[in-house]
Order: sequence, then structure tokens, then C-alpha cells
Amino acid sequence: MENIEARVKKIVAEQLGVNEAEVKIDSSFVDDLGADSLDTVELVMALEEEFECEIPDEEAEKITTVKQAVDYVTAHLNK
Amino acid sequence: MSKRRVVVTGLGHISPVGNDVSSGWANLLAGKSGITNITRFDASDITCQVAGEVKGFDISQYISPKDARRMDVFIHYGIAAALQAVADSGLDDVAGLDKTRVGVNIGSGIGGLPLIEETGVARHEGGIRKIGPFFIPGSLINMVAGHVSILKGYQGPSYGIVSACTTGAHCIGDAARVIQYGDADVMVAGGAEGTISSLAVGGFAAMKALSTRNDDPATASRPWDKGRDGFVMGEGAGVLVLEEYEHAVKRGAKIYAELVGFGMSSDAHHITAPSAEGPARGVLNALRDAGLNPDQVQYVNAHGTSTPLGDANETNALKIAFGDHAKKLVVNSTKSMTGHLLGGAGGVEAIYSILAVHNQVSPPTINLHEQDIEGGCDLDYCANTARDMKIDVAISNSFGFGGTNGTLVFKRV
Repeated sequence: MENIEARVKKIVAEQLGVNEAEVKIDSSFVDDLGADSLDTVELVMALEEEFECEIPDEEAEKITTVKQAVDYVTAHLNK
Repeated sequence: MSKRRVVVTGLGHISPVGNDVSSGWANLLAGKSGITNITRFDASDITCQVAGEVKGFDISQYISPKDARRMDVFIHYGIAAALQAVADSGLDDVAGLDKTRVGVNIGSGIGGLPLIEETGVARHEGGIRKIGPFFIPGSLINMVAGHVSILKGYQGPSYGIVSACTTGAHCIGDAARVIQYGDADVMVAGGAEGTISSLAVGGFAAMKALSTRNDDPATASRPWDKGRDGFVMGEGAGVLVLEEYEHAVKRGAKIYAELVGFGMSSDAHHITAPSAEGPARGVLNALRDAGLNPDQVQYVNAHGTSTPLGDANETNALKIAFGDHAKKLVVNSTKSMTGHLLGGAGGVEAIYSILAVHNQVSPPTINLHEQDIEGGCDLDYCANTARDMKIDVAISNSFGFGGTNGTLVFKRV
């Protein structure tokens, strides 16, 4: 699972233009990492690309922190 | 009521001949071509494989890589040129600058066509979910002005005029009128283009509008030469800081020239083929706006795109507008070196006209070895070598598809 967390953090850092060190497991994309509404849409697209999955819009709306992204990917990769 | 006067207090420039004003101007005076084989994409299946590409440009000198990734390249060029112009003007150092009185008018002829092309392919191959959220804001033409106003906090008018290859001239002329009318004291104005992509080059090639001199790119753009065979696409941006005269004087700004006139007209003739009367009326409208007689002009930065029809037509237009004085003009095409920047052309060429006035020198029209006198191109085009000369007044011509014309008049201060 650490592998998934590391990959998610790397994508978040790239997409939001922040240092990877700033990206904590509890970081909120909007509140902590300066994302706006368009950034979060693009971030979900990048996660879909990286993990070769499709995240439905209603699920994507619930992913607002690094932890939620990691949990979603973990749950859906294990299926 | 007398008009408020408008002067030029800052210049910014990204083009195939240089990514700042001073290197670009030096290369122009030295007669260096910025045209090369196309490197941006594989153009081997297009009849035209040459273009004036911007070289060695690094957008991260201007904005963050994160932001840069979210906009097409014409916005990069426009932002870079605008930030250069603002820095050059010294506006950032003006204590208490009323930013509600500063506006931006930077347009583009085509806008984000490369991003539209790329997104079209992604959508075709991967479905509707592959369209990113930055596709629309990354390709909209007015987003150069939008970003510049956000970056600098300028809260006056923010827009971009679209009129094909007259875009830059129209943006600058209209911005000057915003100042004259009293809606702003400072306007950041110009044009940007970045469409060296297969759709755009392929599109102009389909019109048979482009040069096919693929074996010798540096000589492909050759206005008024017998061997001219179409224009060469360029890219980049030219942006001015225009300022109300008293505002500029009061803060001790460096003044390059005064923008004394602007004129527009339409051919009302054909979507792509030019008429001589339309551009001539545009020139005369600009001179009337400036309160100048034709014989007070010494330098013309011509539209001069190197097309067989257009170059002869502009020569005829100048003869209609200037009468006998046309023979005494220096008519110069810097597109011989930069290629045709489409919506950016009026921006960079305004800068070249201003610098011609400011430095009392005409850049050369390169590749003019066999002047097409039989074809009616019988004026003084400043062939191949820059010329020191007295320039009190310079005009810059731009003509666009749809038959739209614009002429700017710059006067020595």
C-alpha cells in the first residue's frame, strides 16, 4: 500500500505544483495544497491515467484529500 | 475637446528573431532570418515545411510550470511579451498606481489551435473523459489579457480583438482609443500567436498561401522579389505599454514614440483576395486621425507577406494613399526575417515601427534580389541592408482575411 501512497503523492505534487515533501497523507487538495476546482478535476484525470481506472464523477467529488485518493485507489485496485 | 495623447512607454517581444526586444531588433538590423525547417511537428506530408519558430523560449522565466502547463503556447508568448513590456515601462515602480485605470487588450488571430488539435485527438482516441478541465481556458483567445490582468492586478478593460492578421494592429489602435476616450490611463496592448501545428500549417497550405521553398528556409520569405511564392508562418507576440501622455510625463517615463493615429477599413470584396482601395482607405483614415498629410510620412512597415498577389496589391494601395509621395517612402517588410506572425504580426511590427522612429533607421527587407518591377512592385523597399534615415513618422500596415485592414501611425517625440 505504501507504493500506492507514494505514487498518489507524486501525482498530487506534479499536478498541483508543490514539493512532494509538502504532500502529507492528511493534506486537503484545496485547503492545504492550493488547488482550485479545475485542479481537482485534472488531478482525478491524472489518477485515472496512472492507475488505469475510471473514477465516476460522484466518487471523484468525494476525493478531497490525499488519504481519500489513496483509499479509493487501494479499494478499487484490490477488486 | 482635444484628444488625450497616447505615448508608448514599454515594449515586449517574443519572435523568431529573438525573445526580447533588443536581441530581436539587433537581428533585424543585421538582416538575420528567423525562418528554419519546421521542428515542432513532422511536416513531411505538407507542401510547406518551413516556418519562423520561436527558439530557446522558457516560459518558466515568467510563470510557474504548473500554470504554464494549463495554457496553449500563444498565451505563453503573450504573457511573456506583456510582462517584458510592463517591466520595460517601469510601471511596477510607480507608487500608488491606480490599477483600476490600467487595462489589457491582447488578441490572437487563431488562439489555441494546437491545444484544440491535441484535445480533439485525445477525445477521438480516449473518449469524452479525456477532455481536460483546462482545455477551454487554455485555448480561449482573450486569456492572454485575462492572465496578464490577473498577474499584474490590472482592473481596467480586459479583452482581445480578433481580426485574423490585423489582430495586433486593431488591439493596439483600439487600446489607444480607450485611453483617448478616458476609460483608462494605461493599456497593455498587442497580439500573440502560436500555431505552428499540423492543422494550422496544413490549413494555410491547403489554401496554397504558403511558400514551398523548403530547400532554403532562410530565403523563403522574400517580399516584392520575383521569386516570392507565398508567406511563411511565424509565431510569437509583440506587446506595448500605451500610456496617456501627461500620466507618462508626470512619472518621468521613458517615451519611445507617440501613437498619433489609427485607421481601419474593410475591403468588402473577398474572404482572402485583397483589394487596393480597402488598405488605401485604412491608411488615409489613420493619417486623418493623426492630423498628418501623406508627405509627412517617411517609413512604412508594410504588411508585405511575400505572396504574389498581396505584395503588388499593397504597393498599389500605397500609391493610392500617398500619390507621388509613395516613391519617396521607405517601404519595409520585416516579415522577410520573422515570417508572418498572423495575429502577432501587428504587435511585433508596431514595435519595429516604433524602434525605427526611435532609432532613425529602417531594417532591411532581406531576400530582395530581383525586385518584381514588372509585377508592379516599384517602390523603395530598403532591400537587403538596413538604412539610417530621418523618420519623423512611421506607419505600420496590417491586413487580414475577411478583408479587414488596420494602420497605426507613430510619431517621433
